[in-house]
Amino acid sequence: MEGTTDAVTELPRLLPPRDGTPGGGSGRGSGGASGGGQAHDFRAHAMRHGMLTYRDRIGTLIGEAEAAGLTGRGGAAFPVHRKLRAVLDAADKRRRTPVVIANGAESEPASDKDATLLWLSPHLVLDGLQLAAEAVGADTAILYVHANRAQDVGGRLTEAIAARQAAGVDRVPVQLATAPARFLAGQETALVNHLSGGPVTPTFVPPRITERGLNNAPTLVQNVETLAHLALIARRGPGWFRSVGTAAEPGSMLATILRTDGQPRITEVPLGIPLKDLTGDLRQDDAVLIGGYHGTWLTGAQASGLTLDNRSLDQADARVGAGIVIALPAGRCGLVETARAVRYLALESAGQCGPCLNGLPRIAAALAEIAGAGRYRARAQTVTDVERWSGLVSGRGACHHPDGTVRFVRSALRTFSAELDWHKRGRCSAADTRPFLPVPQHTARSEKDWI
Amino acid sequence: MLINVSGINSSTALWYASRATGVVALLLLTAVMLLGLLVTRQGRLPGLPRFAVSGLHRNLSLLAVAFVAVHVLSAVADGYVKIPLSAAVIPLSSSYERLWLGLGAVSLDLMLAAAVTSLLRRHLTRWAWRAVHLTAYLSWPVAWIHSVFAGSDLRHGPLFLLAVACAVAVVGAAVWRMAAAAGDVPRAERVGLLMTAVHARDKYKHRERTLAK
Amino acid sequence: MADKLLVNPIDCEGHGACAELLPEAITMDEWGFPIVDPRPLPPSLERHARAAVSACPTLALRLLRE
Repeated sequence: MEGTTDAVTELPRLLPPRDGTPGGGSGRGSGGASGGGQAHDFRAHAMRHGMLTYRDRIGTLIGEAEAAGLTGRGGAAFPVHRKLRAVLDAADKRRRTPVVIANGAESEPASDKDATLLWLSPHLVLDGLQLAAEAVGADTAILYVHANRAQDVGGRLTEAIAARQAAGVDRVPVQLATAPARFLAGQETALVNHLSGGPVTPTFVPPRITERGLNNAPTLVQNVETLAHLALIARRGPGWFRSVGTAAEPGSMLATILRTDGQPRITEVPLGIPLKDLTGDLRQDDAVLIGGYHGTWLTGAQASGLTLDNRSLDQADARVGAGIVIALPAGRCGLVETARAVRYLALESAGQCGPCLNGLPRIAAALAEIAGAGRYRARAQTVTDVERWSGLVSGRGACHHPDGTVRFVRSALRTFSAELDWHKRGRCSAADTRPFLPVPQHTARSEKDWI
Repeated sequence: MLINVSGINSSTALWYASRATGVVALLLLTAVMLLGLLVTRQGRLPGLPRFAVSGLHRNLSLLAVAFVAVHVLSAVADGYVKIPLSAAVIPLSSSYERLWLGLGAVSLDLMLAAAVTSLLRRHLTRWAWRAVHLTAYLSWPVAWIHSVFAGSDLRHGPLFLLAVACAVAVVGAAVWRMAAAAGDVPRAERVGLLMTAVHARDKYKHRERTLAK
Repeated sequence: MADKLLVNPIDCEGHGACAELLPEAITMDEWGFPIVDPRPLPPSLERHARAAVSACPTLALRLLRE
């Protein structure tokens, strides 16, 4: 059931196949075009996948999602059927019509899979959005995407939505909304806050947005990839969905792989695939980052024995997250890379909660010292301070930004402990000081950056 | 409503009671304003725990309401001048000292609104509670004007000095509060500022020499 | 039948009244913000917990019935 030849040749499911060849992935950098004509074209989509079949009944899809075992592909891996059920129940109880939002913000800098999906297979996402809207009885559908991309994803989506309007496919009109370029833009309460006209900062839960979200209506926020899977499950059935992946974590997912050559690749993989199939062979003291900047650093030795599913990764205190796998090239310093990323994470704090506002900048400054900024020696007291602040910050914000950052920091200090010893003596083993992890330059400076 | 009391003595007593409780109420309300302003800046009273500032603000405001109640009731009960009870809350409905009493009614209305919304705060949105509470900035000056002009007590002698002192205190504290708030860093800029601060501090904190790789 | 304390970290401004009134369950971190014990509150502390909730100038502290 996992990674058999049959299963592999079934992939990709979400992305169009490359010219003629089944399986494999597609890069997005240059042209990113695929075989089989313009796959984002509606007719090509209908030819490959068939027409969208509505269930003509509220709630039916929920059972199918449950049978398929579909979980969210935005990072939290929350069971989709439970979220759909929660929104439907809230709508019944409160007698309010729900809202569905496709979350394509993808504000994690190292991730590119959602943008790729929207670029290459927008209609799968839009199908899923319609099906989700039907399942909960929504009358409003919003597709929320990040504006700053190499390609004009917004333009392509506008065309796709117009084509569907013309063909009379969509039952609920779809509005396109732009996500601000903030790390928290994809956080579901921040997203709702922004769409309500406020800043893209998180709000306190309770109440959950499934209860009370946009315009106080029960709101379903689902990652765009999750919706694409839903669109295929509706056509091919839960059993088909389960034919790849693991029993506990079925299906495929899109992964953003950054190998040591620095070239990002988007690949659709079955859950449970060995990490080393994605990163290439790993040596003992190589390092791999799983899950992006709220994820976990692992040593090559650890990563070699693990597979891309939560049950396996849990042993190393890691999670699949949004499927970001980064292999740090030899000769780079993991502490320097981490310090750079944490500086960004600190600057992207909403600054609303005392512990996060106070803790993240201090942790960032400490890591800068540990990394050797200004060529100072990393002091033992600084490492102790980082540990103390990490404990103070985790779990004490309105969102999980501090928690994720702390997981990332702690894993760095663990995985790069040998390097840390060097830094304590004022040395660094890095041969190459060029930055490797993609960290955005622009950070928030004032109120208007959050609108 | 004219209450028939036997003789001038009880009436005079009530009249004096009204004036006296009026002065005390003004003092209490002044203290409540000062404490309220202190709470907004997370200020502390020397020697007292933190909860004392907001605690005193609340308790004294309730005490002030009680004194105002006695102030009003004794004025109404006193038979020397005819003041209907409704004049306490409906402005300009008394023929005696129509304007100045009217202002007292305005102030009392606002005060009651602030007190009631605070007691029921849990059931209100933040904005609703705050909007009503901000009317205190209007309620206090109006109460002060009422106090000074509705009788002549506070326009002569030591009570005059007291009235001036109260005004100076509240105006001064309000100005201090506004000025301090103007210096507050907007939420969206706090992180950036703190980042700069902690990074700069560490840069100068230790002077170890650069070590070669 | 136990109660749990919950602080809304967005509303919390670090006034510190809660930690003074319920030191058994709330301590202040080095920046003046409350660290709330997540475990259910013993019934003997309920009265003090209510005082702490009431004393918060921003109503950031809540007592949840469980």
